[in-house]
This record gives sequence, structure tokens and C-alpha cells, in this order.
Amino acid sequence: MNLNELYSQVIKDHNLSHHNKHPLEGANVAVPGRNPSCGDEIELFLQIEDGVVEDASYTGIGCAISQASVSIMIDLVRGKTPAEAKELSRLFLAMIRKEPLTSEEMTRLNDAAALMGVSNMPARVKCATMPWHTLEAALDAASV
Amino acid sequence: MVSTDYKKDFPLLLQPDAGGLPLAYLDNAATTQKPRQVIDAVRNYYETFNANPHRGAYSISVRVTEAFEEVRAKAARFIGAADPEEVVFTFGATDAINQAAQSYGEQAVGAGDEILISVAEHHSNLLPWQRLAKRTGAVLRYLIPDQSGRVTTEELAAKLTSKTKILAIAHVSNVLGGVNPIGELAAMAHEKGAAVLLDAAQSVPHIPVNVRDLDVDFMAFSGHKMLAPAGIGVLYGKKELLQRMEPARLGGGIVEEVTQQDARFLDAPLRFEAGTQNAEGVIGLGAAIDYLEAVGMEAIQDIERRLMDDALQELCAIPRIRLYGAGDAEERTGILSFNIEDVHPHDTATILASHGVAVRAGHHCAQPLMAHLGVNATCRMSLYFYNTEEDIRRLAQALSTVREVLGFEP
Repeated sequence: MNLNELYSQVIKDHNLSHHNKHPLEGANVAVPGRNPSCGDEIELFLQIEDGVVEDASYTGIGCAISQASVSIMIDLVRGKTPAEAKELSRLFLAMIRKEPLTSEEMTRLNDAAALMGVSNMPARVKCATMPWHTLEAALDAASV
Repeated sequence: MVSTDYKKDFPLLLQPDAGGLPLAYLDNAATTQKPRQVIDAVRNYYETFNANPHRGAYSISVRVTEAFEEVRAKAARFIGAADPEEVVFTFGATDAINQAAQSYGEQAVGAGDEILISVAEHHSNLLPWQRLAKRTGAVLRYLIPDQSGRVTTEELAAKLTSKTKILAIAHVSNVLGGVNPIGELAAMAHEKGAAVLLDAAQSVPHIPVNVRDLDVDFMAFSGHKMLAPAGIGVLYGKKELLQRMEPARLGGGIVEEVTQQDARFLDAPLRFEAGTQNAEGVIGLGAAIDYLEAVGMEAIQDIERRLMDDALQELCAIPRIRLYGAGDAEERTGILSFNIEDVHPHDTATILASHGVAVRAGHHCAQPLMAHLGVNATCRMSLYFYNTEEDIRRLAQALSTVREVLGFEP
């Protein structure tokens, strides 16, 4: 196992920075995300206005992988429409399942591509995917 | 020096780990590795006398029935039971506790009665009692362990009442490793008329345990945590209690007579062993007990104590580590929970794994204890007699790299 591949600089930076880790005053959606077996627990906040994810944030605790994954995800979906955010989620989950993505699709995943190494670690896959499943639940909740 | 000779009996421990390093296996509270003697006993059973025990008149069925009952007697001797008929074979400790909670609990507990457990219990010694309380209208009350992770007699005295019908408690916490003073606690419970169930999953494999000295009414343990295959365990019960209990599971092999509208059950323990039994598991358990007795339970306790002294010294020297439970190895077994500051236990476990060191990270099926400790999860290392000082040294060395790998100051 290559630790530097798993805990790359991008992952470490997002885990340490906490720039998306705070409650969100203008949030109109708040959805919990849990990995019961690991003890990863987050709350994801979305502020959706005029069909755009204006802002997003999270609170909670979890491993470096889940914390980096949620932070990167928030950077990616900020300013996107819910449909665009869902498409990013679809791409991310496909990458983790080792489905082939085009270089254009990988480019759209931006920093999230740094989590590709997790796809080789079955024990850690849930850490990376939990925030994205939480995002999908939040977007579904917002569309009702 | 701790002898390192035991590893040679354990084929898995002689294999290199995925990364090519030898495996420092420190997750023995989850399950133990199997010695060649146990593997051979199970293979020999399959190759020479595989049959359904208590059923056929042909020679291999007679042979497996004899072997099966010999292991029952051996297990009874191993835990100091007065009579082999006090040993019920189960799928494991979880199954044993579930059966006791159902078969004994539902006859002994009524609305307004109290069931006492500790907040440190594994979910397997919590959920059956939680359900029993909900079904019967009884109250589930919690004992709080002290700083060392042990339930004191003072704490029990404060919670025990004339309404307490059952005290269900672990001998050793699977997270904190402290040994509860069961003999004293059981005597106090009996004085108030409560029955005592001991979850011995983390003690029977590691320290000498005698049910008559402890005077517990029921005791549960699992084979796979003591060198035997998974899927076999024991419910010990005092004979007079077992005889009064209805079986929780119904099926073949447990009846004297069945008519269209009624059934009369066999005496204990067979009345609790419905369906074809896990004979290979029982044979493996017998070989495991032989192995443990050859090493000696006191010797095992000694080896683990010395390794634990080492581990406490090595781990205390790691910067920014937090240890949970007692610091004194005299009153604890080889289980130690810890966290590295700022680092989630799963990252720690992943980094240790890259060094060929196997530990567990998570809530250890003890969520109320995690909440009580104010943590979300911990790392846990757990020893067995085949571990060595080298395993401990590698754990400590790998732990000292964790913060740096994640970009924190060392």
C-alpha cells in the first residue's frame, strides 16, 4: 500500500484546512451522513437559490478521507445547478467503482480525482463515497 | 524474554502480509489465529469421521457422538463447571447470551423489574437485554465503570435493588481491557436475589476462569477468540436453572416426544441444541482447549501481562497519544485502546496496516461506551500469547509516523 498515494497533498490540505467546515446560516437543506461502522458523522448544509447551489458547508467528525472528500466536494458543487452537482456525484462514484472515465470527465472532477487511490482500498471506499451519497440525499430533499 | 516459539504453530503468522512484511497481528480481541493442531483436528474429522452426532447407529456417527460429548466434558473441566451437562454448545457468545436472555430472561423478568448491565458492554450483551426490557416492561439500568474501566463494588451497591433480577456483565471489557471483580459483584447480586450472566468472551481465552469460584449463573464465550473455528461457542448454565428453561430455538434433536399438539423436551443441554450441530466446530474447540492447556492459562496470562507492560511503556512514549482505561497491567488483560491527537482511528489503522501491523479501529460494537468516553471511535490493539516484543516494537514504530503522514506536526 502506498501511503503517499492515499494521503496525497490534496487530501492532507483539505483535511487540515477546514475552510468548508462550519455551519451555514443561509442553508435551506441540512442532511446527516453516517458511516456507522467507522464512526464518520457529518452534517451537510446546502443553500440552494434560483436553481443554483449558492453555498455549501459541513460539520462533524470523520477520518481524513471522508473529511477531505466532503471538503473537495463542496468546492466542486458551489455555483453549480443541482443537475450539474448530481452529474459530478455520478462521475465520482463511477471513478471509485473503477469504471473508465474520459480525461475530460476526470478534469471535471478536479481535486476529487485525488481520491482515486481509495478505489484500491475496499476498507476505505465508504469513507470517500459517504459525503457524495449525502449530497445526493440533500439534493433530493431540496427538490421536493 | 517472552518466548517466540508459539508462532511456529500458526501457519498464518508465518506468511508475509500483503506488503511483504511479516504480519504483526494485534487484533486478537476480534478473532485469534488458528494453530496447526486445531486445523489438523478439523481436517482429520472431515477425512475420517464426519457424520451427524446423536443420530446414526453406524460407526462414524457413534465416533463423532463420543468425540462431541468428550469436548463437552473437556469444556466443562476447562471452566471449572461441576457437570458437563451445564455446557450448552452455541454458535458463539452472541448466540449464548441471546438464548439466555430469551429462555431465562422471559421467565425471570416482569414489568417493573430491573436488569443491570454496564455501559461498557459489547452490543451482544446489551441488545438482548434492551429487547427483554422493552418486551417485559422491565427497566434496563447501567453501571458506570471507574477511571480504570472496571465496575466497582461501590457502583454495584449504588444500583442494585430488590427489583434487580439479572446482572449481565462482561468479565473483561473488549475496549478497555480491565478485569471486573466478578466474584464480589456476583455475591452481591445473589444476596439481592438476582441471577448473574457473565460475558466471558474476552476472559476465557486469556486468563484462568472458574465458574464455581466466581459463582456465576450463566457464562458465555466464543471458540474463535480462543484458537477454535468460528461458529462454535458455549453457554454455561447452572444445572438447576437450565432444567427449568424452555429452549429458545426449536427443531430436531431436542425432544423426548412430539405429538400433533404438544412436545416434551429432552433434559439440558440437548434441549438447547436444536438442528444438526456444528461438530467440526466442537472438534476444533476441543483441540483448541488442549493447546491452551498445554501452554497453561496462567502462563498465557503471564505472557500477556509482560507484553502489556512493554506496550504501555512503548505507547506512553509516543507524542500526543491518548490511552483509554487502566494504566496498570496487573488488573487488565492484553487489550489497549488509544487515539492519536487530531487523527481519526481509521487513518491510524490504515497507516499501521501499511507497516504490516493489524489493529482494529471503530466503536468496537460498544457505542454507549464510546458516548460515555466522549469519543467517536478508538484504535484498539489486543494481544495473545503468540505475540512478541517485536510485534509491540513495530506497533510503536508505526504509530510514531502517523501524525507526519497526515501532515500534522509530529
